[in-house]
Amino acid sequence: MDADDQQHVVEPSCQAVLLALDDVSDPEIPAVSIRELGLIHHVAVEEDVISVELLPTFVGCPALEMIRHKVVERLTAEFGTRRVNVAFVMTQPWTSQRITSVGIEKLRAYGIAAPVRSQPGRLVTPPCPYCGASDTKVENLFGPTACRSLYYCTSCQQPFEGIKAV
Amino acid sequence: MRNGENPLSSMPLQLRTALIDFLYQLADDELIVGHRNSEWLGIAPDIEEDVAFASMAQDEIGHATYFYGLLEALGEGRADDLAFVRSASQRRNARLIEQPNGDWAATISRRYLYDVFESVRLKALVESTYEPISQGANKMLREEYYHVLHMGTWFRRLARADGVARSRIECALPLVWKDVADLFTLGEHREFLVREGIISMDEPELYAAWERDVSQVFTELQLQWPGSPQLPAERGRLGQHSTDLETLLGAMGEVYVSDPHTGW
Repeated sequence: MDADDQQHVVEPSCQAVLLALDDVSDPEIPAVSIRELGLIHHVAVEEDVISVELLPTFVGCPALEMIRHKVVERLTAEFGTRRVNVAFVMTQPWTSQRITSVGIEKLRAYGIAAPVRSQPGRLVTPPCPYCGASDTKVENLFGPTACRSLYYCTSCQQPFEGIKAV
Repeated sequence: MRNGENPLSSMPLQLRTALIDFLYQLADDELIVGHRNSEWLGIAPDIEEDVAFASMAQDEIGHATYFYGLLEALGEGRADDLAFVRSASQRRNARLIEQPNGDWAATISRRYLYDVFESVRLKALVESTYEPISQGANKMLREEYYHVLHMGTWFRRLARADGVARSRIECALPLVWKDVADLFTLGEHREFLVREGIISMDEPELYAAWERDVSQVFTELQLQWPGSPQLPAERGRLGQHSTDLETLLGAMGEVYVSDPHTGW
């Protein structure tokens, strides 16, 4: 394609689609992208359609349709000539271990603790995202979204949220 | 089931019939328990429980949505209609969870016993030969961990408290117990469901696994075991329900039924 071609259309590769998806933040936690949360299961680019398979964090997460809409909007803006098909799949379960290390850092900076895997029958509370102290306690296993719990730091006396380990 | 694959194309009729009946059990259980949870919103004992019950309602209704979606894919009609429009006699939920909430101790007792059952059943579905059920169960089991933990904490807290809390638990248990056995029934296609591996545990095994967990907690709390649960004369899995369910369905479907074709 000529450099001065005004009809320039980006030929998407899977990598280009993934990069575009870096711009799609989670509607309920705008500090992180859906890619950093580990939601993206599969991306396929075909002649006339881009297919994106996403994993729901929780089966009943009410933000799923918003996420679908944001993905379609972003990819259509970038690669307009192709149809965008977004599917939520459960071929493998989303687990909190899918959050990337960058995602964990961004969550912490936002005031949300990273999940800590509990032992059977014993819930382990996460360290405080503000002061790093480990003497934290559960305020409520359930929080403002399905994927979050509420904790309290007895050291710096701050309430904070944490992603549920699932 | 992969995207675009038609689940109806190669499924034998007997399998389809049994599967549909069982999916209604799963979907209706979760919708009814989720709705009962939501009835506490705004009147729970403290604001933390408003949040917790709203969040658990969202989880359970999310699970129901998943199962109604599978029924829609099997040609049963629109998921929203399946949730809101079917009559009481078409429902396959267990009778236990259609009981009115009652007081806090009754709610906690019922929910705790149900959540232990739900965990047991989901474990028996993780290896289901019907892949969409297996995938859903694998995911839901991770969420259910928090429900059991929360309800188990409350059940212990009330039973260990002096005075009115403990006595209310003791009063609630006989009322709850009369419908407990209905939970473990698999409906009219039981043998087929087990033989085909849709569920990996039969009724007695589901009950035994549940009893193992629950009786341990009763012993720990020095609560008297109310005896071997007896099947109620009417069975929820056969569409035999109380008038409480009719009242619930009337309230739940009131807005939807006023205009089923509008965009909600």
